[in-house]
Amino acid sequence: MSAPFLWIFLPLILAGLLMLIRNQKVIALIACSFTFFLTLAAWVLPIDTAMIFGNWSFKLTSSFEILGRRLVLGSADLSLLALIYGSVVVWFAVAPAVKAARRLISLGLAITASLVAALAVEPFLYAALLIEMAVLLSIPLLSAPGQKPGKGLIRFLIFQTLAMPFILFSGWLLAGIDANPNDLGLVQQAAILIGLGFAFLLAVFPFYSWIPLLTEESSPYTVGFILWIFPTVALFFGLGFLDHYTWLRDIPILGSVLTTVGVLMVVSGGLLAAFQRHLGRIMGYAIIMETGFSILTISLGGTVGLNVFLMLFVPRTLSLVVWSLALTIMKGYSPRLILKDIKGQVRIWPFATSGLVLANLALAGMPLLAGFPPHQAIWEGLASTSLSVVIWVLIGNLSLFFSAVRVMLASASAPEGAHWESRETGAQRILLAIGFLALLLLGLFPQWVLPLWTKLPVIFTHLGQ
Amino acid sequence: MITILNWIAFVIALATSVGLLLQRDWRWGIGLLATQYLSIFWLVQTHWPVSMASVKLVTGWMACAVLGIAQLNTDPAQETEASWPQGRLFRLFTAGIIMATTFALSLRASSWLVLSLPIAWGSLLLVGMGLLQLGISAQPFRVILGLLTVLAGFEILYAAVESSILVAALLSAVNLGLALTGAYFLSMPQVEKP
Repeated sequence: MSAPFLWIFLPLILAGLLMLIRNQKVIALIACSFTFFLTLAAWVLPIDTAMIFGNWSFKLTSSFEILGRRLVLGSADLSLLALIYGSVVVWFAVAPAVKAARRLISLGLAITASLVAALAVEPFLYAALLIEMAVLLSIPLLSAPGQKPGKGLIRFLIFQTLAMPFILFSGWLLAGIDANPNDLGLVQQAAILIGLGFAFLLAVFPFYSWIPLLTEESSPYTVGFILWIFPTVALFFGLGFLDHYTWLRDIPILGSVLTTVGVLMVVSGGLLAAFQRHLGRIMGYAIIMETGFSILTISLGGTVGLNVFLMLFVPRTLSLVVWSLALTIMKGYSPRLILKDIKGQVRIWPFATSGLVLANLALAGMPLLAGFPPHQAIWEGLASTSLSVVIWVLIGNLSLFFSAVRVMLASASAPEGAHWESRETGAQRILLAIGFLALLLLGLFPQWVLPLWTKLPVIFTHLGQ
Repeated sequence: MITILNWIAFVIALATSVGLLLQRDWRWGIGLLATQYLSIFWLVQTHWPVSMASVKLVTGWMACAVLGIAQLNTDPAQETEASWPQGRLFRLFTAGIIMATTFALSLRASSWLVLSLPIAWGSLLLVGMGLLQLGISAQPFRVILGLLTVLAGFEILYAAVESSILVAALLSAVNLGLALTGAYFLSMPQVEKP
């Protein structure tokens, strides 16, 4: 068997089969068991090494040929696969609690497999096409049944589709640069095309207008999943570019361009989040900020930048799961999801409202929560190069913190004598409580997730050195 | 002779893309898009074997069929364009600007990519017209037409530099996926709420 068959084609087949099942719990059970098995397999199975069990031998080969090109998942990719499928287990396990399992799991599994294929395809520039396929698969997931597609969904489709031609065409230019590395004109053109491609793909400033629109229109849980998996894979894809092309890493202004873009995203995302009245839009701007922080970590360069980039992964995943779960619960009570509608609701929905605030605070880099250690590392790294950049980034963080305070004040302003109760279901309470605990424990003991990302830098042969 | 045919294909691409911008009846839209794929097929086959270039034609027509069938089942009241601006004169004027801009760009592109002018101009014109369509309309059907037009223009240019079967297959899948997405968008208001 080949590794791409196990981690790409099998999930695609299962995704198709899961569409035939109606029972949410059965779907979740099968999908969680399967993705957990994939996570475990990525953690323990060796690639290109024969394993002997008695008379039976088994070897997982690294490549799979398709139409003259190859899908390759080598030993270096295993930890990334474990991290991606491990996170997907969490998203899928929580989905039945908000009755999102049927829609999210089958399509979500297909999207995940397509995006893993995007990371595995060689030449890796073809990934743009596979990412586009994943975008098309996510449309039914993001559109509410019986409603016209909103502006956010249409813009999501347009911007993600426009990324593909830029990246594909830059691939052709890159081949030319490999043959003639001293052609500065070609380097410049390729850099512009790659930049535009990634600006669309990562929803970089000013192409991020669709994110808050989408978080306002669509189901918070599904939108949370999509806005977690797409930027994550696109960022790894971008790092692959940087790792592969020396001339790209050597562009003198690359660091300052990345810093400027990152700061713009963090500051604009934070400031806009601070003045939102829609709870979903606040999450949307926080996600924009997270992409900005990831870009800032890349601008730090070297192994330090790469390590901080990887450190952001787990806190972001956890915070987004908690935030989108809490938002989905609150949407059941108040479909408009605006701030004034949740006045005093902490006494009726204590877990959900706490989830909104805690996840927001974690992404704002609040001390004692999971987001703090990576954010502190970013501030430290940026401070060594420019103090003004740190001040701008802190303004962004403080603005997101301010939005959390607004949500907290609104939800806590209950009338005198209001009784405490909890209308969340038992499963929702347990899942949110586990989420709170995880956010807190990762803030206190960030070293617990070290084993998850110590092997990851191996993927990048140049950046990880 | 080939050059004349290339120019004829370019004129068809120009006429259909401007027509797509101006049309208000979806039947005309589908017809124009289907005709546009004929010109795309011709411009692509100058770099690819006819058998591979015909994939573009077949895929394009399949996409048209999918969109046409979806439109047939749609409430006619939804067809009205709600976005600004609706004026045909304005659209013609902006199409003229796109034509002029893409002509200037195609002169450089044709020498850079070693392409004949009708191919370079045809592809950039389709990209420009598609982007214009995306910029002035928010109606899902028109957005899908715009995206298919942008991709068609890109595919002509990309065919000159890349002839991989996998890329051809994936681009066809993306085109069909976009058409299916369009069909899904068109069918959405009729789906009953669970």
